[in-house]
Amino acid sequence: MNLAAATNESLANTSNVLIYSSMAVYTLAFFAHIAEWVFGSRSKVGRTSAALAAGPASAAPAVTARVTGKGGATAVLDRPKIVTRSAAGTRDVPDGPGAAGGTFKGDLWGRIAVSLTVVAFLVQAGGVVTRAMSVRRAPWGNMYEFSITFSTVAVGTYLLLLALRKNVRWMGLMLVTTVLLDLGIATTTLYTDSDQLVPALDSVWLWIHVSTAIICGAVFYLGAVGTLLYLFRDSYENKLANGGSPGAFARSVLERLPAAASLDRFSYRVNAAVFPLWTFTIIAGAIWAGDAWGRYWGWDPKEVWSFITWVAYACYLHARATAGWKGRKAAYLALIAFGCWLFNYYGVNIFVTGKHSYAGV
Amino acid sequence: MSNTNTTEERELGAAGEQLSTAPREESAGTLPAMGAIGWVRWFWRQLTSMRVALILLFLLSLGAIPGSLIPQNSVDELKVQDFQRAHTTLTPVYEKLQLFDVYSSVWFSAIYILLFVSLIGCIVPRTYQFAGQLRSRPPGAPRRLTRLPAYTTWRTGAGPEEVREAAAGILRERRFRTHAVGDAVAAEKGYLREAGNLMFHIALIVMLVAFAAGQLLKSEGGKLIVEGDGFSNTLTQYDDFKSGSLYDDGSLVPFSFTLDDFVGTYEKNGPQRGTPRTFEARVTYAEGVDGKPEKSVIRVNEPLVVDGTKIYLIAHGYAPVVSVKDGSGKVVYRAAVPLLPIDNNITSTGAIKVMDGYRDKNGEKTQLGFEAFFVPTFAGAGKGTMFSQFPGAEFPVLALNGFHGSLGVDSGLPQNVYQLDSSEMKEFTDGDGQKLKKRLLPGETMELPDGAGSITFESVEEWASFQVSEQPGTGWALGGAVAAIAGLAGSLFIQRRRVWVRAVRGTDGVTVVEMAGLGRSESARLPEELGELAGELHTVAPTAPDATNIPESASGSGSEKPSEEPAEGAEK
Ligand code: HEM
Repeated sequence: MNLAAATNESLANTSNVLIYSSMAVYTLAFFAHIAEWVFGSRSKVGRTSAALAAGPASAAPAVTARVTGKGGATAVLDRPKIVTRSAAGTRDVPDGPGAAGGTFKGDLWGRIAVSLTVVAFLVQAGGVVTRAMSVRRAPWGNMYEFSITFSTVAVGTYLLLLALRKNVRWMGLMLVTTVLLDLGIATTTLYTDSDQLVPALDSVWLWIHVSTAIICGAVFYLGAVGTLLYLFRDSYENKLANGGSPGAFARSVLERLPAAASLDRFSYRVNAAVFPLWTFTIIAGAIWAGDAWGRYWGWDPKEVWSFITWVAYACYLHARATAGWKGRKAAYLALIAFGCWLFNYYGVNIFVTGKHSYAGV
Repeated sequence: MSNTNTTEERELGAAGEQLSTAPREESAGTLPAMGAIGWVRWFWRQLTSMRVALILLFLLSLGAIPGSLIPQNSVDELKVQDFQRAHTTLTPVYEKLQLFDVYSSVWFSAIYILLFVSLIGCIVPRTYQFAGQLRSRPPGAPRRLTRLPAYTTWRTGAGPEEVREAAAGILRERRFRTHAVGDAVAAEKGYLREAGNLMFHIALIVMLVAFAAGQLLKSEGGKLIVEGDGFSNTLTQYDDFKSGSLYDDGSLVPFSFTLDDFVGTYEKNGPQRGTPRTFEARVTYAEGVDGKPEKSVIRVNEPLVVDGTKIYLIAHGYAPVVSVKDGSGKVVYRAAVPLLPIDNNITSTGAIKVMDGYRDKNGEKTQLGFEAFFVPTFAGAGKGTMFSQFPGAEFPVLALNGFHGSLGVDSGLPQNVYQLDSSEMKEFTDGDGQKLKKRLLPGETMELPDGAGSITFESVEEWASFQVSEQPGTGWALGGAVAAIAGLAGSLFIQRRRVWVRAVRGTDGVTVVEMAGLGRSESARLPEELGELAGELHTVAPTAPDATNIPESASGSGSEKPSEEPAEGAEK
């Protein structure tokens, strides 16, 4: 490593300013989301969707398939239409209308919130990049840097899903709130001055292993949000189906969320999609440990908790394929697995000493 | 496909059968009525069930937790000893439960061995079943295709055989395994999902076996080398050497190397002053018994690899060069003495032992010992502390006090080279009867009282310690890991699905086409794919002019896209 490449103070300051600015914009996005939920609560659309919840299976939503055949231009009406129906044993409940509840004002505020989130994301990403430039290395040398990258990736993934027209706007408020929390903790208790790396971290594996670890954490987080909301929405639907009446607040919020089945599917897909990457992260870490410490696997606390997290997610995937464990039980396993991930990040870095002692706190 | 209580559902169940090789759950409550064999069978069936695999997986993660919170012998024995000293009541309990050796404990081993037995017991029948599925054909169409998760129908002027043939062609082109059964075409795709899943589980076994073999066959030795000194790879040259129980001592790879120079640099300014920046061991090595010498640099993340053996840079420190003269002024000892760091700024301690050659002023043979305390960067006289201020050698100071008598090295007991056993020695004292001690700068000398000679701190060298490891099986472990990831990706991203196309002539002579799709569970991709297939078939068999047969429930949105379309591909 080149000692002359001293850390660049002014870039480091720019980075700090950008991170604080992004927090300000996220705060605005937070209030816009609140407005979205408040205006949406006055909607009547939500009520009717709740009434549908108890409806018969014949209300299966019909979907016209988009046909991209060679024939091209024949009128849509001439095409055969695809009828879908839910698999046996799942509730046929349509998705809620979203936070805005179908109201114009709510939707407007929701769009403002998403736009603000885009701005905040760009500013925050700028903060991460300038931090990296100030130290001329990957910006992942200590917990402050992990944290700011972590929430950048989480928001980036959310925006990417939105851009791909996936139905994810329902998680906006929760995401922005936790991003603010994450950045708050990062800039106060975890803050570390910008600096070079200790030799043990100076390796290409830093780019590979730590970047994938951060991506996995961020995406697992989105999955966990989906799982948590699934549990709430599922008990709400159960209550309705059994003729119960949820409280006014719970009803107002939960009826606007996607159907439990959709939330469940969302979190399964997200978790399943990153599980191979998490496997790769652990293996990349083992290869790096083999180079740096002379052993591939030494049951260091960080390694142990990565392994526990991995096994916990494997448990979740198995549970989904096992009769009697689908649904809520599997969801609890997913939350436990994410809890393991969180503990591996905060708990192990701060409270447990091991070879991975670079938390900088 | 659980509650198959109507004929119709049973029929659908048959269509969905063998979409995977997952073992079917049996109720745990039914206890065997037969004797020993029945019990064994029952136990085996339980062990290889998904539910028990799930529980074992859960136990495995639970069981790994204590090892991360309680110090482990395999990780840091000193920490374990500290813990045991501090917790005298807990220690015996922990020892009984093997909590200082969690990962080699009986109970932890039991969990993973059971899991892997279960895994093998699961893979073998699944592989067999899957091979069968590969040879067999997709099941024929259920009678009522309307009950399937994705369905479409239209009437066409084309003849039924023509439609079926066209459908089979289209499906084959899309690499569906296709065949005609009765009045319908049955097709299936996505077998790679199952193959990937099996590959993943097999790869897990490969990894475990490779890991276990590595543990049994590995060797790992430590060697501390002062700049200028060398090492050749034989058992006697190691400071310490550990090996797996099946390791063969004769198989050490022959090579040698010399530590030419160790370079450590540290942050000089700012709040991170003292943080390490570079560690480099510059070495000259030779492969084989008398290979050509070559130069190389070993860094923290970059071991030197010689014929499969890896040489890692593990630690470093200082070795003050001292010389000792006896009463007659003859140099009887001169060496660079490695000292062990006790803090991050490399404050170091150790012992200098003059074992033979020294004679006191009366010409009597005796031995000398010195306790050495070294700081690479001294705070300055009168600054209170004798601890180092900085890990670089900016202001090196060596503090010594000495003894004469017997070092006790002949007693036959193994001795720590960094510690002085002064039980058989007398301390040198100064004129006032005080303990003789002195702080030396490089080049300075401490005279021993009454013409007993002197000791000179000449200069400072650095030492580096290396770990030389041989770990067979890592190639297999890595291969297993790569196969596991590939298999996992196949298992999670590929969908296995079936499509049926039925074409029959209606009572009015017009052909009715029905298409339906079934996957492992509902998925947004399935209707979309069916739509594409239907679109393609529709160009061959267009809707008859008088078509009135669009199903009522399909009156839907009419939008170009499915109303909801979650992340693609990850669905089962
Ligand atoms: C020991 C007995 C085991 C059995 C009986 C077993 C069985 C199965 C089966 C039948 C599937 C297919 C499920 C499906 O297609 O959805 C599966 C999937 C899977 N198994 Fe295992 N497995 C075992 C051990 C393990 C172990 C030790 C791991 C790793 C920790 C593991 C990880 C997975 C993963 C990640 C999947 C993919 C889940 C999915 O497709 O949704 N399995 N397992």
